[in-house]
Amino acid sequence: MSAPAPVLAGDVQAGLALPELAVEVTPTTVVLGALASRDWRPMHHDYKFATERNGVADIFLNTPNQAAWFERFVTDWTGPRGRVGRMTFRMRDSVFPGDRMVFAATVTATSTDDSGCAWAELDITLTAAGDGRAERTCTTCTARVALPVDPDDNPWARTGPAWRP
Amino acid sequence: MSPAAGAGESAVGEGVPAAVAALIGVSQYPETATFDVEYSYAYNTLAATQNGNPLYWDEAVADELTGGRILPPTTLSLWMRPHFWEPGADGEQVALKVHFDMKATFDLPEAVMTDNTITFLEPVRVGDRISNSQILRSVSGPKTTKLGAGRFWVIDVEFRNQRDEVVGVESYTGFGYRRAS
Repeated sequence: MSAPAPVLAGDVQAGLALPELAVEVTPTTVVLGALASRDWRPMHHDYKFATERNGVADIFLNTPNQAAWFERFVTDWTGPRGRVGRMTFRMRDSVFPGDRMVFAATVTATSTDDSGCAWAELDITLTAAGDGRAERTCTTCTARVALPVDPDDNPWARTGPAWRP
Repeated sequence: MSPAAGAGESAVGEGVPAAVAALIGVSQYPETATFDVEYSYAYNTLAATQNGNPLYWDEAVADELTGGRILPPTTLSLWMRPHFWEPGADGEQVALKVHFDMKATFDLPEAVMTDNTITFLEPVRVGDRISNSQILRSVSGPKTTKLGAGRFWVIDVEFRNQRDEVVGVESYTGFGYRRAS
């Protein structure tokens, strides 16, 4: 098969909201994500360590796995031609088993760089609630993603000085 | 929680020993992964995040867009994470050694990451061999958060492939702390 029809840069403007993504977090979610990223630190799989040493409510999502969830959330919207160039995120609170985590985002700006690559800047929020915990903002993220300018454009073809994330 | 050195803050906070200050900006722990990039790790990450992006599941799409299979960009750091155990290893094997150096230096038994910036450059492909090095960028003065009392620090990590192309750069902010008794 060929790649699905992409989101094109010309269809995107500041203020556009991305489709939300909601995920029920289980212990398996946390452990699977940690092990997938080769993160063996015990606070991501050992309840007693997380609660007694770290002093938090439970095991919690690790940093690289959060990055992977943000990537999935963004490329669910863009399709496979969307290419994430940069992401910055701040983890204000942890995501625990029993939480329902929700990813939401808004396009804050669009631009085209000197090489002709089209970009969308996103503000993403990961909120969570569950297991007696009130809804809270766990992580805020800004992401810069390249979008094709037309159906034949392919941001993945950009390399070296033509790729400016 | 706030990063180690925000606007107007020095890279060297109050009470940081001269030996630590001297390490700021210095490339440390240059390492090369002990194994080549392999696609099974893509599946692990895709499954863990229920990511159905056809770029990673459909070889025809990968051929069309990226000239063959690439790894999801956010798998960047996993190639440099040590095995949990290997022959001859003594104690817990950890990635991001500068982070653990800071914990030890300041006698802070606990730590979490608070901020992460990742810049994705050349795609990582099956068969690549990744190398990296770590650079301490800043260490804060004493700070107290809801977790406890400690310090923030910022560590940059640059990842290269075997062709010496930069495949990505990460910047981590860690908070090492001692829980309130």
